[in-house]
Amino acid sequence: MSTWLDKLTQGLSRTREQLSGQLNVLLGRGPDVDEQFWTELEDALIGADMGVTAVTEMVERLRDSAKRQALPDARAVLEHLASEIADELRMDDTADFIDASPSTVLVVGINGTGKTTTVGKLAKAAADEGRSVLIGSADTFRAAAVEQLHIWADRAGVPIVESDRGTDPASVAFDAVREAKNSGADLLLIDTAGRLHTSKDLMAELSKVKRIVERESSAPVKTLLVMDATTGQNGLTQAREFNAAVGVDGIALTKLDGTAKGGIAVAVVRELGVPILRIGVGEGADDLRPFDPEEFASALVGLS
Amino acid sequence: MFQNLSDRLQDVFSRLTGRGKLSEADVDAAMREVRMALLEADVNFKVVKEFVAKVRERAVGADVMQSLTPGQMVVKIVLEELTALMGGNEARLALSGRVPNVIMLVGLQGAGKTTAVAKLANLLRKQGKRPLMVACDVYRPAAIDQLEALGRELDIPVYRGEGTDAVAIAKAGVRDAIDRLRDLVIIDTAGRLHIDEEMMSEAAAIKMAVKPEQVLMVVDAMTGQDAVNAASAFAERVNFDGVIISKLDGDARGGAALSIRAVTGKPVLFASVGEKTDNLEVFRPDGMARRILGMGDVVSLIEKAQEAFDEDTAVDTEERLRAGTFTLDDFLGQLRQLKKMGSIKDIMAMIPGANKLPKDAEIDEGALVRTEAIIQSMSAKERAKPSLINGSRRERIAKGAGVTVYDVNQMLKQFAAAQKMVKQMGAQQGKGKRRRRGLGMPGMPF
Repeated sequence: MSTWLDKLTQGLSRTREQLSGQLNVLLGRGPDVDEQFWTELEDALIGADMGVTAVTEMVERLRDSAKRQALPDARAVLEHLASEIADELRMDDTADFIDASPSTVLVVGINGTGKTTTVGKLAKAAADEGRSVLIGSADTFRAAAVEQLHIWADRAGVPIVESDRGTDPASVAFDAVREAKNSGADLLLIDTAGRLHTSKDLMAELSKVKRIVERESSAPVKTLLVMDATTGQNGLTQAREFNAAVGVDGIALTKLDGTAKGGIAVAVVRELGVPILRIGVGEGADDLRPFDPEEFASALVGLS
Repeated sequence: MFQNLSDRLQDVFSRLTGRGKLSEADVDAAMREVRMALLEADVNFKVVKEFVAKVRERAVGADVMQSLTPGQMVVKIVLEELTALMGGNEARLALSGRVPNVIMLVGLQGAGKTTAVAKLANLLRKQGKRPLMVACDVYRPAAIDQLEALGRELDIPVYRGEGTDAVAIAKAGVRDAIDRLRDLVIIDTAGRLHIDEEMMSEAAAIKMAVKPEQVLMVVDAMTGQDAVNAASAFAERVNFDGVIISKLDGDARGGAALSIRAVTGKPVLFASVGEKTDNLEVFRPDGMARRILGMGDVVSLIEKAQEAFDEDTAVDTEERLRAGTFTLDDFLGQLRQLKKMGSIKDIMAMIPGANKLPKDAEIDEGALVRTEAIIQSMSAKERAKPSLINGSRRERIAKGAGVTVYDVNQMLKQFAAAQKMVKQMGAQQGKGKRRRRGLGMPGMPF
């Protein structure tokens, strides 16, 4: 247990160092909550990629609460902010469709966010818990994607449904759902090819995959959007477009182990109203972690 | 490219220009919106702050306030400051007479380094270089395969070494270039996180070993505020010389392109604007600022046209133009040159005033492809003498091209109009000077 906790602390503490570097300045300048405090707070949150519109609203609300609740000092304001962010990010326990059985999860996202790796890590974690897992490799486009996923499947000791490069991804998805039904799998994870949300044809292809999976699957079908934590405001458009094409039910936020703060995820949750389910804090198999809103929010505002 | 920012800024300034008087409050209101627009485009918040302060200071100056067209003065100031922000006078890739020249590319995982290596090799080959690409991303076998595939596609040799010692492979790659009489080496390196000490040391070690004249950092245009952190870390450890912005096509915000120079002092030298291997542009701060403000970028447009332009075809066409004959084959040749210039949307952004066209006017990128298909479905006789094309021929051509007879009719109508224009031009040129080659493209179907 202690290893993943350490890893998380390490990963998050980088995020924390970065942002708290800014916010601690806010605390360091004394307990006064003056105009400059608000400006600097706004800068720090924008610097965390939370998006200028979201931040403006957030800070405005916070100013209001600070006055009405007579928050005594900067720390109290930041604590209030952390709890507000955590409230926004919190979901009810039934929303985690990855932990549900049976469940079919379609994994989508733009190129290079770490979809295939995420599928591999999710498969390993579920298999380690003793659930029966099946992987469907519908990324029939990228060179070496199938091979990469195959290595993950072997590592996790779970079966994989795959096909040659260039095959219609919908047909691989179809086979995977059939196989999951026959074998009575608890969790079916379907990897898809990365695509830019601006590519109409590829988004239409993805819609088709989703339709086929929904038609064939007896288990509930959910879509997991994988996002790179270094993404800027374009992430919001990504989420919007994927949501329009296939409906997004949850988010996996990867690459949180750098200095990026992943604040765009807050904006996405605000807009789509879907939960963050996992965060990636490293390259190892155990570095994909359940999302904890309190921890994430505290880390963001530099309080923990 | 920069579509979002461009729309927002043009919206702000359309409300300023045309007014006879501006108050300080007007300027402040506009500056607040400029700030929002820049932040939404992922420009670093510190850079935004300085930028807005600078523009505001100049904009509330007496010469602006008392000008008859204060709004236009403000736009001019923004243009100047935006240009300065991105590096002012265009920085160029500086290569010495050393043989071979060595360029090394660094960057984060997934930034698009390997593709950038191929695109840069392709661009510099057009300028007369004989490049060799060296695959030093020893941790990702797929990256080496990818570079080899790109090399085959472009017919540019790739050196892939043995083993996992990236420094040794880089050195051997440079030796290989000398053996093969190649005068340019471009080295692809492994991408990891910038906080990964091991990777930074490796990049620094390769740099020490092969002493590249230019180290370029590849930065993904979709990156948010973190772009400057990564760039600063690389600047500190590997000290790169310039930046290639990747994925600046589509709806990427491109804030990194506006921030990195201000934060690290390193200029953006190239921008990658599409998936094809010839979609790499020289980054011109002035032209970019003009495109963002909807003023067009004629210099880049001309350069693109020249790059796409094929001397033989042009001379051939010109002769026929002079003779007053312009066949469907000439038309097809011009279409192909136009296609080589990239997407119509991107080209439109370079034409001054084109932003004034209605926003909802869908640009049909497929029109060129369809026209090409139609002409290719014609026989040589038909191409030379379109008057031969009767009803049944039209039907056959439509079937061959996978379009309707209506499309064929439209295309022939456009061609007839182009031909008419060419005849008039030919008549005028008979009296006047030589036509400027490669630029006139009459009657293009958009």
